[in-house]
Amino acid sequence: MNGLIGFRTLLWKELLRFWKVSFQTVAAPVVTALLYLLIFSHVLDEHVQVYQSVRYTAFLIPGLVMMSVLQNAFANSSSSLIQSKVTGSLVFVLLPPISYLEFFLAYVIAAAVRGVAVGIGVLLVTVWFAPPGFEQPLWILVFALLGGAIMGALGVIAGIWADKFDQLAAFQNFLILPLTMLSGVFYSIHSLPAFWQQVSQFNPVFYMIDGFRYGFFGVSDVSPLTSLSVVAGAFLAVSAFSLALLKRGYKLRN
Amino acid sequence: MGVAVSIKQLEKRFGTLTALAGVSLDIAEGEFFGLLGPNGAGKTTLISCLAGLARPDAGTLAVLGRDVVGEYREARRLLGVVPQELVFDPFFTVRETLRIQSGYFGLRDNDTWIDEILANLDLTDKADTNMRRLSGGMKRRVLVAQALVHKPPVIVLDEPTAGVDVELRQGLWQFVRRLNGEGHTIILTTHYLEEAEALCGRIAMLQKGRVVALDSTENLLREFSGHALTLRLAGGAALPESLVGLAVGQANGDWQLRLPDFSAVERVLASLREAGIAIEDMRLSPPDLEEAFVRVMQKGRTQ
Repeated sequence: MNGLIGFRTLLWKELLRFWKVSFQTVAAPVVTALLYLLIFSHVLDEHVQVYQSVRYTAFLIPGLVMMSVLQNAFANSSSSLIQSKVTGSLVFVLLPPISYLEFFLAYVIAAAVRGVAVGIGVLLVTVWFAPPGFEQPLWILVFALLGGAIMGALGVIAGIWADKFDQLAAFQNFLILPLTMLSGVFYSIHSLPAFWQQVSQFNPVFYMIDGFRYGFFGVSDVSPLTSLSVVAGAFLAVSAFSLALLKRGYKLRN
Repeated sequence: MGVAVSIKQLEKRFGTLTALAGVSLDIAEGEFFGLLGPNGAGKTTLISCLAGLARPDAGTLAVLGRDVVGEYREARRLLGVVPQELVFDPFFTVRETLRIQSGYFGLRDNDTWIDEILANLDLTDKADTNMRRLSGGMKRRVLVAQALVHKPPVIVLDEPTAGVDVELRQGLWQFVRRLNGEGHTIILTTHYLEEAEALCGRIAMLQKGRVVALDSTENLLREFSGHALTLRLAGGAALPESLVGLAVGQANGDWQLRLPDFSAVERVLASLREAGIAIEDMRLSPPDLEEAFVRVMQKGRTQ
């Protein structure tokens, strides 16, 4: 049971870490998403209709919510790790009897919680513009949690790998941002040329957003079960890689 | 007394650099043990291996019989480490920091002991202050407190007094001495050799990843230092032939002699009287660890 207290404390510490600066970690991304919504819906609402009977603004909201979940989950684990690596305070987590699995779970769960917290915030401020339906709430929850966990695990990998803040920024700007922006947050992939439709199908983030959106409208670009399998597979792959690094102590215990 | 820390054939390399080249060492329970050596000798690497912060390439380490790799949970619970770098988590207050650290070690409701540590380290009135607002010396004390939250029987202090003012240093040593008196095993690395001499019962000296001396402080002093006798002879006279062998140097007209023991003083005086040389000034200083350290290191280099 002692081991569980260690894990729970680390999880609690990680939650407290972002909650203490929630203005920056939760409120700021909510404002960013709101700005996206205001601008895109203003420009496009009259001109674009993605699904029948779904206004563009309503279509956009779940995309923005999920994008916020993903980006903030990644930001949480990666920035927590790089900060404590750079300042050296990671030693306080490495000295105690905490296993690599507990370490992984604490960082990933905290990241998913931050992602979902921001996602709820974005939903609360945007839902008034064009209420999307909540056709399949369970799918909404499953995709939000899995998406947050994948990005949290990816953030663990990035946080372990990066030695400096600019390396982490590179990871964020050249991998996470393109993957999320080019995943159908702002459009349905059916509106893309055939080639880019093909390319999008190799982007796991596309399935996260498409499956998440299915939960709201009961319609999606691909079947939600396909999305769920891809997302679950991605979660297993990223987690396995992250756990392998932690088990070896790569860059942390050397 | 059992063995608190057992290190066998420990090797650690970083790329082509060999940080530890086969270190074997046993530290008994209740000892106040010093780990000395120049920068880069491998002291911190050795401590990192012991604490699980670095993986050894070969060899084994155990804390109170628990292997630090195979039984890392038990081993880490038995060990408290005060790291060398002045690190802290800027998000939390002193009390939060200590509660979190307790939780990492599987302890809940640890406030009674936390209050006691805070009082002993003179931190009580800083308990609710954010870590960022503490002075360097205060942060150092919190590091010590963090290492003690789980009452570890073996405590490692890695250069705890680097850049620390005299008052805190004395307070810290008083506290650590008390912990040692209560049965805790203390392992200390430091560059301040007078501290090591005053505190440590036994000392290992490391050089280039090897143990080059390992003995009680007393024996090391006797073997490698001895009493130093400084003489100024009337009229700048030369030393009599029979004493030249004891001389280790001459500066500003003063002769420095190294004596194996006190009784040699009598011989020196007798020889001078026989040669008809008067003494203008004379000083006798006790053995010191700094000299022993320098000699051990010189010996290591020539080997």
